[in-house]
Amino acid sequence: MPPPLLALSGVSKSFGAVAALRDVRLELYAGEAHALIGENGAGKSTLVKILAGVHAPDEGTVTLDGRPLVLRGPADARDAGIAVIYQEPTLFPDLSVAENIFMGRQPLRGLRRVDRARMRAMAAELFERLGVRLDPDRPARGLSIADQQLVEIAKAISLDARVLVMDEPTAALSGVEVDRLFAVARSVRDAGAAVLFISHRFDEVFALCERITVMRDGQWISTDPAAELTVDQAVRRMVGREVSTLFPKQQTTVGDPRLEVRGLTRHGVFADVGFTVRAGEIVALAGLVGAGRSEVSRAVFGVDRYDAGEVLVDGRRLPNGDTGAAIRAGLALVPEDRRQQGLVMELSVERNATLPRRWSLSWGGLLLGGAERRSAATWTQALRVKAARLADPVSTLSGGNQQKVVLAKWLATSPRVLIVDEPTRGIDIGTKAEVHRLLSQLAADGVAVLMVSSELPEVLGMADRVLVMHEGRLAADIPRDRADEESVMLAATGQAGRA
Amino acid sequence: MSEAPRPSRMRAQGARVRGVLGSWDVIVLLAVVAVAVVGSLSIDGVSSPRFWRFVTLEAVPILLIALPMTLVVITGEIDLSVASVLGLSCTVLGKLWASGVTSLPLLIAACLVLGGLLGAVNGLFITGFGLPSLAVTIGTLAMYRGLAYVVLGDKAVADYPASWTTSAIKPIHGTTIPWVILVVAALAIVFGVVLHATPVGRGLYAIGNNAEAARFAGISVRLTKFWLFVATGAMSALAGVFWTLRFASARADNGTGIELAVVAAVLLGGVSIFGGRGGLLGVLAAVALLGVLRNALQLADVPANTLTIITGSLLIASVVGPNVAGRLRERLRRRRPIAPTLSHTT
Repeated sequence: MPPPLLALSGVSKSFGAVAALRDVRLELYAGEAHALIGENGAGKSTLVKILAGVHAPDEGTVTLDGRPLVLRGPADARDAGIAVIYQEPTLFPDLSVAENIFMGRQPLRGLRRVDRARMRAMAAELFERLGVRLDPDRPARGLSIADQQLVEIAKAISLDARVLVMDEPTAALSGVEVDRLFAVARSVRDAGAAVLFISHRFDEVFALCERITVMRDGQWISTDPAAELTVDQAVRRMVGREVSTLFPKQQTTVGDPRLEVRGLTRHGVFADVGFTVRAGEIVALAGLVGAGRSEVSRAVFGVDRYDAGEVLVDGRRLPNGDTGAAIRAGLALVPEDRRQQGLVMELSVERNATLPRRWSLSWGGLLLGGAERRSAATWTQALRVKAARLADPVSTLSGGNQQKVVLAKWLATSPRVLIVDEPTRGIDIGTKAEVHRLLSQLAADGVAVLMVSSELPEVLGMADRVLVMHEGRLAADIPRDRADEESVMLAATGQAGRA
Repeated sequence: MSEAPRPSRMRAQGARVRGVLGSWDVIVLLAVVAVAVVGSLSIDGVSSPRFWRFVTLEAVPILLIALPMTLVVITGEIDLSVASVLGLSCTVLGKLWASGVTSLPLLIAACLVLGGLLGAVNGLFITGFGLPSLAVTIGTLAMYRGLAYVVLGDKAVADYPASWTTSAIKPIHGTTIPWVILVVAALAIVFGVVLHATPVGRGLYAIGNNAEAARFAGISVRLTKFWLFVATGAMSALAGVFWTLRFASARADNGTGIELAVVAAVLLGGVSIFGGRGGLLGVLAAVALLGVLRNALQLADVPANTLTIITGSLLIASVVGPNVAGRLRERLRRRRPIAPTLSHTT
């Protein structure tokens, strides 16, 4: 075997008292895709940031082509040929795609003017090479996250990147978009670059990668050829323990309708959406990214207004666009974007965990005598949130624990209807199982659960009924015993009539 | 989702916020004491009751406006029109008095309603049309001051009953401290409790840190901000009533420029200009610090220009200070040996 293109050995990194990486090794070979897997907090992203030049390792060495490599900043990493694609790329929204690719190094013609024609041709050629259909002239604003990532990859190629690092690029992508991204990643790999791919989804890891490295608690655990590793083994190594079944949906007795949505329409976003969720039922809302699922749940919860239709909780109509009234009626929404919508990152765990129910904790309008602390302690313990102190900013917790705080803050309101939007996105497999158990338990206790999810196994494993949206409309309503990957995907891609 | 590195950086910032801003109130309070002690020892007259009486009277309007301003800035907004609301309230009070309204409670009520309406105009533009508060209130700063001149022109109305004007500055029985400070203290307690011990106050911090997450938690962001601007208008008008009676003069240019003194005190008091951070105690201490310092230096015959420079430097120090202190703290923390893992409790 040839020597590795890029190698890390004995790398350690601490942030204050927290050791994020301890004695980690990693070897990337040219022309090979390498997966890095591990639970949240395993140190994957710290490792990525070291490769990106954002963090310098406290100990250990990074070598490129066998020569030691010192990265003093992102510019050094770029010059060394290391490109990092993040989950949510940051393009300049008002510049064209081509300008984004060649920002800071545009081809010039006389009098130092930007040679737009050449820049456009160069961008078009890049997309050609990647097999992607993107107009170099269109502004970056409005590009889907998947397309934005492709622009970033094109930029990396144009910089002759030899190492392409992709940090959970697929978390926000639909199935079709993932396939396209993988095709591009394979062509980059086949051109001789080393690809490092980070994901929580095993099917993707095994589909793309030749070699798999597992990390746990900041330490290197194993590196194996993908062909010699099973999913079970990988999971055991990631969590360091056996994981009970992932989707423990209990049989429940379905009760009265709790949430009724009738003819809900928001012009240009979704139209004539109607469904019912009964007590004790978990209803999944599936579909491709952009089908309007999150938008419907936001409108139901009153964060956005709708143009027509009505929303009823326990038979009583909710006012349009009034989140406060929705919460008082017993509705709760665990939103899609934990950092921007679910939590106030700078505030403490305690403040976040009590925010929606702070009125019910007050006495004559006053919050006194540690009522908030007791409520926060009760609910964070119930959900087994790992936090050093409740007074710590919630931003100091890992992603999975942050999601538990979001759940805690809504469960504390004793909701009658719980809407969860991508409840397990970007959280580790152990926490995922806990969240699934919790949702199942809530349904068993008579809560009506509406679950928006892009993960088919989750949808099929958890839901009593699967609603599928396609381009803003409800395309199918499939009961549990008839729901399978094929029926859901057909409806989601608009190839099935109303089932 | 990224895990280890981002939280860790946030963790450092979190420690900075807790460690420094938590004690920032105390630092400002200590500075007040230090200035008072050093001033009493080195400057003639600072230890006299007259000095403190004057400092208190001067601080009253600033305090009245700083109370709601603190809440406004914590939600991430600002109101620069407060001095003009004060001025307009002065002229309307004078005009009403001159045209025969002789009931003081009625006059005060009229000013409060006027101030609330002026604040509501600000609030409507900012929350209803989604305009930036900085731009809107710079506009109304000019507009309200202009209206003040429309009401009274260059004239002054100064013929109030002596009982009114003396009552404004009357000392508490047996002391030299003006009694109005008790009114201010009561209002400060109300604002302090609202900010720090009610669901509304919790909501204000949530709005200032992340308005979108606040909305998802059921907080009505626009309505909350609207009422804060109304409250700021009403309190500014109340400050105008005090101003008129204290100086026995209603003029269109009353209180020109004090919005800067208020904003300076709010920021020096540890409230973040970006919203979401700070408390009322620090702001109260900062008003005291700026007031004592300015008047003590005036007694020491320091020229007015130098005073302005000192106030400005303090303001910059208040913004830079927490950052530098935080970095020092962080550096010290890193020198300590590294614990193997984070403790897991709760």
